[in-house]
Amino acid sequence: MSARRHDGVWPWIFMTPILVPLAIFFLWPLLRTLYYSFTTWSFFGEVRWTGLDNYERLLSDPDFTLALGNTAIYTLIVMLNVPIAVYLAALMNRPGLRLRALYRALYFLPVVTMPVAVAIVWRMLYSGDFGLINAFLGLFGIQGPYWLSTPGVSLVAVAIVGIWLSLGFNIIVFSAGLNGIPPELYEAAAIDGATPWRQFRSITLPLLTPTLFFVTVLTLIGGFQVFDLIFVMLGTGPNAERSQTLVYFFYSEGFLHNDKGYATAIGIVIIALIALLTALQFRLQRRWVHYA
Amino acid sequence: MRKHLGAHLVLLGGGLIMVSPFVYQVLATFMTNDQITSVPPTLWPTEWDLGAYAAVFAQIPFLRQLLNTVVITVLTTVATLVLCALGGYAFARMRFYAKGPLFALVLTMLMVPGTLLLIPQYQTVQSFGWLDSFAGIVVPGLVNAFGIFMMRQFFLGLPRELEEAARLDGANPGQVFWHVMLPLARPGLSALAILTVMASWSSLLWPLVVVNSQDMMPLSVGLASFTGEHGTQFPSMLAASLMAMLPIVILFLVMQRRVIEGIAFSGLK
Repeated sequence: MSARRHDGVWPWIFMTPILVPLAIFFLWPLLRTLYYSFTTWSFFGEVRWTGLDNYERLLSDPDFTLALGNTAIYTLIVMLNVPIAVYLAALMNRPGLRLRALYRALYFLPVVTMPVAVAIVWRMLYSGDFGLINAFLGLFGIQGPYWLSTPGVSLVAVAIVGIWLSLGFNIIVFSAGLNGIPPELYEAAAIDGATPWRQFRSITLPLLTPTLFFVTVLTLIGGFQVFDLIFVMLGTGPNAERSQTLVYFFYSEGFLHNDKGYATAIGIVIIALIALLTALQFRLQRRWVHYA
Repeated sequence: MRKHLGAHLVLLGGGLIMVSPFVYQVLATFMTNDQITSVPPTLWPTEWDLGAYAAVFAQIPFLRQLLNTVVITVLTTVATLVLCALGGYAFARMRFYAKGPLFALVLTMLMVPGTLLLIPQYQTVQSFGWLDSFAGIVVPGLVNAFGIFMMRQFFLGLPRELEEAARLDGANPGQVFWHVMLPLARPGLSALAILTVMASWSSLLWPLVVVNSQDMMPLSVGLASFTGEHGTQFPSMLAASLMAMLPIVILFLVMQRRVIEGIAFSGLK
């Protein structure tokens, strides 16, 4: 059997149902997006080749710089997810801890809900006039801002919801990673007199690095792709434009301003940025990820 | 309990913060609009008013949109499982021409946000005459790169001996897959099913773009347009949002253990 290099027709029976939709709904649209990024669309949808015009325009467009900065800030804030999730997962994984299932359910509940649905509640909680968050801050004499309509603040407000939505997922992934660490290591360390903090730094953290890497890559890619949450929390008004992220910028040029050629150029740049960041992370992982 | 008192305090406190938006949401659906927008805000409904729930059914075809969401979720999940199992198995175990480049293509797809291909995808769906139909909503999302990758990893982890024994008994690759490998892949498939159901239930942007009649909208889109039109009717908006989430939350509570095992599994790969 191992002498044959190919398995004949069978692989193609398995692969065809994937390859046909993959070609029609991924590869072909990707190539067309690349092509459109070198074109300009008239109001009536006529497509004209304009070479690198869109890309040159992008470089000097302050909206692009704004979107890039906002995306970076948003992604950095959402990264706080990772240490919080590691800490909570470590607490939940303590041997003999009761109520573990309840805690998991409490933290996981936001993960199963719909962003568009929870955005409705969060918009009310954030309300500058009758929102509970400002009422709570008021108890301590703090005058809360208009969370969703103050530039700079609104991005933080949306990022907090982003953390709230994905924290439970990351806790579960880290719990699984923690379960994979042999308990003998801790027992041996305890006999040697290592403090809990020392055990965490010398055993837990190094052995958790593969999981940390997985979650960091996912969080980073997710942060760079954020759209739904911005869209449903901030709507499409002028404040949303000021807090726009890269994918929102793409959406707004392509669908609100109907400038489809320019929008596809933005899309290509986003794809390139994500590829670059992912490649960078895979390069850097050699320095800090330990595979057992 | 006393041994881990500190841990319990942190976990319980944090957990209550996590669910507090839902608690407030449930309470506020029974308030009047005036009570919700009163300053300072109140937490307990003064008169338990069910009008918000009735208003949802009067203002949007809620049941029809719920049905749409269920149809879309079921179609997407079943098709995703079939395609990812087939592709994952082929990539894990079979030898064929251009396997390496094809797998690289799947990995590329993993990195490209689907949102960015919206414009040409829309044109394709339009040229097929699929706008405003289930086919238009479901088919473009059928190839799930993450799912193919996950199932490949799963099949790679299964022992080869069983397959080889079945092959020696004269089974063809199709029979080996169906009778031997697929039953073994059940944990991986259920993990993928859970992730697909969750994503599909709440997916917003693509259906928002391809659907334009209220009767074809899934709940996610219905909810988005509902809040656009009735933006100041807080109780009914909250009630609609709550009812849209309820089925999936109940599903989670019933299948909690499997969901958590499934996600833990997908993270380990």
